[in-house]
Amino acid sequence: MPSRSPVSTPEWTCGGTSDAVNVEQRYRYVYKPLVFLASLIPLIWLTCGAFGWFGQDLGADPVKKLEHELGKTALNLLLITLLVTPVRQLAGLPHLVRLRRMLGLFAFFYVVMHFTVYVVLDQELSFSSVLADIAKRPYITIGFLALLMLIPLAVTSTNRMMRRLGKRWQKLHRLVYVIAVLGVWHFYWQVKRDIREPLIYVGILAVLLGYRYLRRPRKPAQVAQVSH
Amino acid sequence: MRIPRIAPSEITPEEVFLNRRSLLGGALAVAASQMVPASESAGPDSGQLTFTRNAKLSVTEAPTKYDDITHYNNFYEFGTDKESPAREARSFRPSPWSVTIDGEAEVKGKFTLEDILKANPLEERIYRLRCVEAWSMVVPWVGFPLSALLARFKPTSKAKYVAFTTLFAPARMPGQQANVLPWPYVEGLRIDEAMNPLTLMVVGLYGKTLPNQDGAPFRLIVPWKYGFKSIKSIVKISFVERQPPTTWNIVAPDEYGFYANVNPDVDHPRWSQATERKIGGSFLNSRQKTLPFNGYAEQVASLYTGMDLRRYF
Repeated sequence: MPSRSPVSTPEWTCGGTSDAVNVEQRYRYVYKPLVFLASLIPLIWLTCGAFGWFGQDLGADPVKKLEHELGKTALNLLLITLLVTPVRQLAGLPHLVRLRRMLGLFAFFYVVMHFTVYVVLDQELSFSSVLADIAKRPYITIGFLALLMLIPLAVTSTNRMMRRLGKRWQKLHRLVYVIAVLGVWHFYWQVKRDIREPLIYVGILAVLLGYRYLRRPRKPAQVAQVSH
Repeated sequence: MRIPRIAPSEITPEEVFLNRRSLLGGALAVAASQMVPASESAGPDSGQLTFTRNAKLSVTEAPTKYDDITHYNNFYEFGTDKESPAREARSFRPSPWSVTIDGEAEVKGKFTLEDILKANPLEERIYRLRCVEAWSMVVPWVGFPLSALLARFKPTSKAKYVAFTTLFAPARMPGQQANVLPWPYVEGLRIDEAMNPLTLMVVGLYGKTLPNQDGAPFRLIVPWKYGFKSIKSIVKISFVERQPPTTWNIVAPDEYGFYANVNPDVDHPRWSQATERKIGGSFLNSRQKTLPFNGYAEQVASLYTGMDLRRYF
């Protein structure tokens, strides 16, 4: 079987064949690899910092730096993922949806790395402290919830799962809105006093969610409605 | 897998540790002979201080690296990132400097820093520093006991507390241009806390004049309390009868108390205070247990006998 995404099927069948082939090729061989590499940049930069390569370093508290940068990268990618639909619709770039899964999976990857650094390097594998944190500290509780909710989304991100779940797939993946709210809240809540940066995230998320709210009545099943 | 608490490679050889001042002095002499103009950035009177070493009141742990102590700072007057004070305070001029003494004391007025220092011989004390954010350092401060300073002004019997104020000068302290905290920063101690022999007025670090980002030219160090009590760049000391307002307590009274004694049993509402991460420790092994009163219980616990430390956190 070809590894085409099912969301590409309508265009594939309805659109001008050579155009569609071109778009498919460009996404597969140019845009996707570029997005893949771009998403790896924070990881590469942090790795260089952790090992002191290329004159990079993570400062006096490398563990906190790693933890915070991984978390912020995850949030950034999550918000970029949520940006795909508005940009597609407003800029008339329907094919952009082909990048969304990769962005979402990278967001998940960075969340997992963030949590791993917290458990392994920050808490030094003291599972009792980790459990106490998750149970007692609201900002950690909601961050952990967001991580848990991302798991079913990552697991059902394959073409096969999309087909199998059909309409329920979209319903399930609306969880991403809850996850984004929890993620931004998690960031906001752990800041000691200077909330200016988390407020920027709150603002961006509000725009992204507000857009969807406004488009709500005209937006039935997105996957099926992908444009021509 | 068990990881040893301290890797052998991490331990500074004893002879190097004991001779670190001569090493530092040597390095300084080299630096001074080679790059006199470059020392401008550290302030005009930056340099070696004359002091004696107070071993009795020093911990034996190896001090945190100078580079970490000077590049990982909470000093919101110069920005809220840990890295920004080192950057933003570079052009700050900590001289001339004077300190106003007022309130319930017989001797009051405005005193130059030189005047204050003249009467107080300097000593070096290696103290632990525990931040309320659950990280810690070990710092070789140079200063003199606050008690010696206060005695000079003859506080009256009404002087129950000592209040401190940081310089307010938004043009010189760019962080004050943002409304992150109510400025100027204010702190305070009960008079018996202020008179405790551990309470230190600091003018130096690692044998040298205090770098701007660490609170130049004149700051407080109260080693058994969370770092935010140790107010920086002090311009006013007032003797007062009532408990004075303190900045972090004003902005978040449920999170930061007036006393702010290091206490592993009383968590910050949003994070645990049971352990701390030691700055400059190894990647896999820098978390350690936090000690009551930051390890100074023997000297200070008696100040709080009969007090409910959960209530007066």
